[in-house]
Amino acid sequence: MSVLAISSRRRSVIPGFGITLGITLLWLSLIVLIPLAALFLKTTELSFERFVAIVTSSRALHALELSFGLSLAAAATNLVFGFAVVWALVRYEFPGRRLLDAIVDIPFALPTAVAGIALTNLYAENGWLGSLLEPLGIKVAFTPLGIFVALVFIGLPFVVRTVQPVLEDLDAELEEVSATLGASRWTTIRRVIIPVIVPALLTGFALAFARAVGEYGSVIFIAGNLPNVSEIAPLLIVIRLEECRYAEATAIASVMLTASFLLLLLINLLQRWSERRTGKL
Amino acid sequence: MSVQPVIIGSYPTKLPEFEARLIVLPRLNRIADARSDPAWLRRSLIGVAVVFLTLFIVVPLVNVFAKAFSKGVAAYVAAVSHPDALAAIWLTVVAAVVAVGLNVVFGVIAAWSVTKYQFRGKSLLITLIDLPFSVSPVISGLVFVLLFGAQGYLGPWLQAHDIKVIFALPGIILATVFVTFPFVARELIPLMREQGTQDEEAALSLGASGLRTFFRVTLPNIKWALLYGVLLCNARAMGEFGAVSVVSGHIRGETNTMPLHIEILYNEYQFMAAFAVASLLALLALVTLIAKALLEKRVTKE
Repeated sequence: MSVLAISSRRRSVIPGFGITLGITLLWLSLIVLIPLAALFLKTTELSFERFVAIVTSSRALHALELSFGLSLAAAATNLVFGFAVVWALVRYEFPGRRLLDAIVDIPFALPTAVAGIALTNLYAENGWLGSLLEPLGIKVAFTPLGIFVALVFIGLPFVVRTVQPVLEDLDAELEEVSATLGASRWTTIRRVIIPVIVPALLTGFALAFARAVGEYGSVIFIAGNLPNVSEIAPLLIVIRLEECRYAEATAIASVMLTASFLLLLLINLLQRWSERRTGKL
Repeated sequence: MSVQPVIIGSYPTKLPEFEARLIVLPRLNRIADARSDPAWLRRSLIGVAVVFLTLFIVVPLVNVFAKAFSKGVAAYVAAVSHPDALAAIWLTVVAAVVAVGLNVVFGVIAAWSVTKYQFRGKSLLITLIDLPFSVSPVISGLVFVLLFGAQGYLGPWLQAHDIKVIFALPGIILATVFVTFPFVARELIPLMREQGTQDEEAALSLGASGLRTFFRVTLPNIKWALLYGVLLCNARAMGEFGAVSVVSGHIRGETNTMPLHIEILYNEYQFMAAFAVASLLALLALVTLIAKALLEKRVTKE
């Protein structure tokens, strides 16, 4: 509690500091902090050797590799296409622009289970897109490629929505000055625009990655869920839980949660960098 | 070829200025469209954006409704009004109302405490409020099983007192509250921070009590952002799948929410019925986004 003491610099005249902060901390502890601490506490009941054995078992290792690897690929895809989308939305005027802008939010609002069955149906052999890809020999549904498609879907809004405000606020004069000083358009983009939006791009990338690593609902329908082939880490946790193998579920979950915390730390640092670079604090 | 005569004598005194103008003029043209890209680039980027979003978002969404109505309206109505579906809808609404209600109260209090006062550790507190965003839904459910499940820390005590949390409504509500924890606070914090404390200080100096200040000054200032937060929180609460799946136990007609009901129908190869129930949630998502678009203008006005 001492960390949260009122700073001596400025005392607010508004009443209720103690009670509102108290309620906030109590509620936060009860709903979020204590349950998350319970997970780590449960993990400490395992011996270190047992923990390592669980996490490095071939099935768990494969699931973790699949989750992190495909999430990285999906986030990278969203970085590239998200940048194209955000550039088109912010810089160009074309019919349907506002509608396109609204569509970007759909993966945020659409429940993951709905997205899961829709994508599966779409990419199944007799689905609208699956039947087009079938003759080309590309199988999406029930393969790791399907997981990738689902992860691109759910991560799509993050890059766009993080970069959009920064690109909108970018001072027009910067580009004009660059052009009058003789820079080509490409040089202006590379040396003036990109450096300003790089922190936002990376933040969006990290957010999409973090979301994808833990994603469950949209993936399990399309994945096929074959152990060692297309089984993601969150699903393995659920399977172990249903088998009442709590220790194993907890060990894998604690690895993923630690990764989430590290990502959150990275995202915070990136956001601070972005704020400094765009002069907003 | 004849060389053009150079008439130096005609502008001996004005030479530097003239030269300068010659150089600057074409540049002025470039300034005018310094921010515009070549047409080919513009067209291809718009093309990429439209194709990418259509393929990844619009087509799946259209597919939900197409599949839901693939056997006609009567079959759709039958699937949606099946007793199990109705029970799932009811449970979803109950869980969402309770979870959203709790998160509104605590979200407003949390936003108030981090924006109206100065204290050390504030950014840490905001990060902790955002924490559930970065936790996997499966883990969000698992932590409550570890606390309240039969093998959990409080399991034996709950069993002794005949209280069911896991595989029952309280567990579903807890998991939903966890997952939607940041939504309201996160919408309010940036706005309340920008609005500062002057309005409240004015009200207090005129003799209003703290609560009166909140209801008469702060609340009207943030009402649209609050409504926006409630909508987003509700959409997520009704659609939450992973966390609820872990704590619910999938008891048909009892602990099945709409997303879980969709999963069961889908796994039983009742595709059309699954998509019919899914279309309700897709509709909710669309309504939420339309309301968001309408509210955004008012929020920026606030």
